[in-house]
Amino acid sequence: MSEIRIDHVSRWYRNVVAVNDVTMTIGPGVTGLLGPNGAGKSTLIAMMSGFLAPSTGTVTLDGEPLWRNEQVYRKLGLVPEREALFDYLTGRQFVVANAELHGLADPGAAAQRAIALIEMTDAQDREISTYSKGMRQRIKMASALVHDPAVLLLDEPFNGMDPRQRMHLMELLRTMGAEGRTVLFSSHILEEVEQVARQIEVVVAGRHAASGDFGAIRRLMTDRPNRFVLRTSDDRLMASVLLADASVRGARLRSEGGIELEASDFGRFSEVLPRLARAHAVRLHEVTPTDESLESVFSYLVAQ
Amino acid sequence: MSEMLSPTIVRLGVRSIFGRWRGALLFVLPLVLIALSILVRALVGQDATGAEHTLYGLGLVVIVPLVALLATSGLLAPEIDDGSISYLLAKPISRYTIVASKLLVAAACIVVFAAVPVLLAGLVLRTDDLGFGLGFGLGALAGGIAYCAVFAMLSVMTRHAVVIGLIYLLVWEGLLGGLLDGVRWLSVTRWSAELVDRVAGLELVDDLPLAYAVPALALVIVAGAWQTGRRLRAFNLTGDE
Repeated sequence: MSEIRIDHVSRWYRNVVAVNDVTMTIGPGVTGLLGPNGAGKSTLIAMMSGFLAPSTGTVTLDGEPLWRNEQVYRKLGLVPEREALFDYLTGRQFVVANAELHGLADPGAAAQRAIALIEMTDAQDREISTYSKGMRQRIKMASALVHDPAVLLLDEPFNGMDPRQRMHLMELLRTMGAEGRTVLFSSHILEEVEQVARQIEVVVAGRHAASGDFGAIRRLMTDRPNRFVLRTSDDRLMASVLLADASVRGARLRSEGGIELEASDFGRFSEVLPRLARAHAVRLHEVTPTDESLESVFSYLVAQ
Repeated sequence: MSEMLSPTIVRLGVRSIFGRWRGALLFVLPLVLIALSILVRALVGQDATGAEHTLYGLGLVVIVPLVALLATSGLLAPEIDDGSISYLLAKPISRYTIVASKLLVAAACIVVFAAVPVLLAGLVLRTDDLGFGLGFGLGALAGGIAYCAVFAMLSVMTRHAVVIGLIYLLVWEGLLGGLLDGVRWLSVTRWSAELVDRVAGLELVDDLPLAYAVPALALVIVAGAWQTGRRLRAFNLTGDE
């Protein structure tokens, strides 16, 4: 049983913050790292796999630092997002080479086991340059699994897979999680994550936005108030009319014009707003959600 | 695994050099040198000055550094560029073992595609003086390996290792090395030429003690390899975000 602990970790590139004060623990079972593209998922995985130093904070695997510590790879397997492999090798040669580099006693047997696990036995003697995207993904999996690691990290593993391969990989990840391994994969597609992951960590704009199982995260999304800025032809009238409705929790007139609004029931609010505006002959110039954190992202994720 | 060398990385390295089009150039360069030497011998006959200029100007100054650049950049730069080096790095192997294994392949390329061809060219040009070919062969070997260490270090420090390497060769070793005498103190080619001078009894560089040239070559090899390993220990693999 292995555990990756991320403790108050930030990472910035010059003056761009990629990961902002994230604290999370990845334990046995399958964890999904969910977030839109550019949210910092790859940066987090790079730090969890020892390929990037945190700017502040610590990342450890069972108490051992991951940065500049090649011994951690004895129990850690990484499936990177990038496609590049040793194209001039066959699938089998590639996996055998990985087994040798791990110093395994019987690299050939370990490679065969890993190749069989990801169902690549038939194509193992073809050159990798002839592989499809999905096959490349699977041979990468085999190379990461060849030393039977306690921790497996996968960066966007479902990219480029057809539905059948996707189902097979999901099944494989579930099995590995059930065996007590610590499996973490990143995805920007909610539907993928909820099918496999017991635990979901949501990352948005470099921040750890939410944590829990799928139900908990959905509850978190819907319970949160929604904030908007409205610009209308009559801000004062519109604000007073909206405040009278149960879907609105607060409204404030901004000194620079416009209304800052907090809605408690998004569904009802979106229905009531145009109706009230028309009834009072107020023209809506602009309706902008200002709370960029969770629910806007969530709707984005669901819409994928 | 605490061995100095990894047979797997050596094997992969050999395949990666010859798996790319650059590998073919490695065969062309020494062939050009030997062909030219045969031509010089046929046209000029056995001529000490002509032989010296051919092996120094073409062999030591051009062929040796280019072979080193081709071999080393084929070994490290492509894997760093496309990220596939992560498959070597995500292993419980010392980074210095990775570098040493890669440099061993590069050194083997130097032997096969630079040192031995230079030796052969020397034997073609001067059948009367065995020391001439041997001296140049030895100089090519030592200089070539030092160049490999320099280019390996460049490969892990910048994505434009080949371009910077070429500029360094042309401007520093070539242009400035020819114009300014002082460059000899900081020039791999001049250091290896001093080695040639001693073995072959020539006068390619003036006023450069062997007691300086040899340690300088050794220092470049060791420091280059060490720095390459140090950079690999702190290798950043960032996604496409």
